[in-house]
Amino acid sequence: MRILVVTIVAAAALAAAPRPAHAALEVFTCEPEWAALAAELGGPLVNAESATTPEQDPHYIQARPSLIAKVRRAALVVCTGADLEVGWLPLLLRQAGNAAVQPGQPGSFVAADYVELLDKPSSVDRAQGDVHPYGNPHIQTDPRNIGKVAAALAERLAMLDSANAATYRSRAADFAMRWQAAVERWTAAVAPLKGRQVVTHHKGWVYLETWAGLTEIGNLEPKPGLPPSAAHLAELLDQLKGHDVAVIIRSVYEDGKASEWLGSRTSIPHVVLPHTVGSVPGADDLFGMFDVMVRTLTEARR
Amino acid sequence: MERYWRAAMAAPFLFPICGAALAQQQVSGNSFNPAISLILNGHYASYSRNPAEYQLSGFLLDEEAGLASEGLSLDETELSISSNIDDKFYGSLSTSLEMSDGETSVDVEEAYVETLTLPKGLKVKAGKFLSDVGYLNPIHAHAWDFNDAPLAYVAMLNTAYSDAGVQLRWVVPTTLFIELGGELLRGDSFPAADGAQSSGTGAWTMFAHVGGDVGDTSSWRAGLSRLSADANGRASPFDGGSAVFTGASDLTIADFVWKWAKNGNPRDRNYVIQAEYLHRSEGGNLAVSTIGAGDESGRYTGTQDGYYVQGVYQFRPRWRVGARYDRLDASNTVGVTAPTPLAASRRPSRVSAMSDFSNSEFSRFRLQLSRDDSGPSTDDQVVLQYIMSLGAHGAHRF
Repeated sequence: MRILVVTIVAAAALAAAPRPAHAALEVFTCEPEWAALAAELGGPLVNAESATTPEQDPHYIQARPSLIAKVRRAALVVCTGADLEVGWLPLLLRQAGNAAVQPGQPGSFVAADYVELLDKPSSVDRAQGDVHPYGNPHIQTDPRNIGKVAAALAERLAMLDSANAATYRSRAADFAMRWQAAVERWTAAVAPLKGRQVVTHHKGWVYLETWAGLTEIGNLEPKPGLPPSAAHLAELLDQLKGHDVAVIIRSVYEDGKASEWLGSRTSIPHVVLPHTVGSVPGADDLFGMFDVMVRTLTEARR
Repeated sequence: MERYWRAAMAAPFLFPICGAALAQQQVSGNSFNPAISLILNGHYASYSRNPAEYQLSGFLLDEEAGLASEGLSLDETELSISSNIDDKFYGSLSTSLEMSDGETSVDVEEAYVETLTLPKGLKVKAGKFLSDVGYLNPIHAHAWDFNDAPLAYVAMLNTAYSDAGVQLRWVVPTTLFIELGGELLRGDSFPAADGAQSSGTGAWTMFAHVGGDVGDTSSWRAGLSRLSADANGRASPFDGGSAVFTGASDLTIADFVWKWAKNGNPRDRNYVIQAEYLHRSEGGNLAVSTIGAGDESGRYTGTQDGYYVQGVYQFRPRWRVGARYDRLDASNTVGVTAPTPLAASRRPSRVSAMSDFSNSEFSRFRLQLSRDDSGPSTDDQVVLQYIMSLGAHGAHRF
């Protein structure tokens, strides 16, 4: 009993302690790519931290105490949305009790609201696996989507931290210029791949495929979210006969055994593409992420 | 002719309007339907002792306490409905449908509203809800790692304390997770009883939780809670009679959980170690009626404690194994001569092992073996169970 009272008093004292006058805007992001984007747009004005590491599957993390504490202190929560984080984000928001970042508030930013979602299912049934009723949420693999989200996120930062609005806008303009030039360079680099067929582990690359003109003809997962099974892989192997598949794609958080097996049986190169910032060496920021992605894809089969 | 002309003129204007309408999401009446989820579960159980004689040496249990029914049976079907009510409130209802002896009963497990936008990180919850004391108490039975509650929870909380009341909760704005809270409750369910006699405020709780991460792979939470309850005529049947307790019941719980996952990705490989210690003091009047000795009453004071330690390891996607050890201890002074379970003949203990397989995150099959030494003699238990959830994607607590 006494311990409880002492804890409460100590915590109240901690909470009442004054905060530094020029504290950076606390930005909580669900995925590393949005933390990288917030850092590009805000620089020293923001302190952006991602809930997931590149090695973690953003579908399946838990509403850990550390994340509740981070959401509690956040001024802005930036997530992909489209139900990608449905297993943990609603719980974090409810547990943390931070009014400013609840859905619909200016402190809640949903990236999927600013791009056109692909793969919107006409019907949803759990027998189809872990399907997302609002469309495929893996929007960050098309660099043009990053540009759209950047413009909206910069405006949101400017709105929340109005004293520094001019800085956010000028940083955003600078980023947009550099990004536009890079997108043109990447688009030219992937042009020779147009029309080529690919196999992916999870249905997580449709935006990349749409941008680069690739055709996805199979997945290692039998249904979205279900681990690859021997029966499904055998079926897939059969199905690939007569097809000229350019590459088998997976992300770093997916087990490599299935793609290695399929690669060894078919001599199709299998690669790990950076699905986010920091996921593979060289993908240290958003530019690096797409540099590595484009290079890996174009060098996979010379 | 006139009509055609008009249609032709209007067509270019109509088309863009139709296009815009189609591009927007269609909003119909059921777009605002709340999230609905249904848990279907059932089991097969086999016991070496007669489950009707279930008791825990040294403890008086709730009227409904006992083992899951023997043989094949349907477990409580849980239907949950939840949604944001508006921009300021969230509401949730969990009902359980239970079939026993050919009759179906409906129970309200939880029905509460919660604030979303109170300032300073405060939250208020009102209604009937699972108390936030301990680690396991607020977790619904379908999300447990074993098919039954720890012995200490059976003995002191009748598996989980849920009651009508209000809760105030506050997450402290620190880098370390610190959450403090308290509840004022009606006091109608075990270990409280008949809250009306305590002006409808027969129980209160306080709890503190701290937690954090260690690297990218591990996270932990520790908690300390207190539950003070008025037991106004709390009835406990036992083999050969029944007892009615009127007095105060004070429970303190210390809990700890440690979770590890390879790369922080619980889907592939992970383990969870969890332990709780419960300490209870009860004091008051005990009225006992037995078939042999008739009715008598006297003073009862009890100091009881119990703990469990469990570990669950997911060694490959979809497969888990787990082990749990339970222990209880009671030191009671009872001013009646008739024999009751309070006269502890042995210290209850139990060892359990389980393995489960989840086809997806929505379906699970589990086999559990237990050796239960908590009654007068050893009981070997085998339970095979399925738990399936359908409907809205529920988020599980840490």
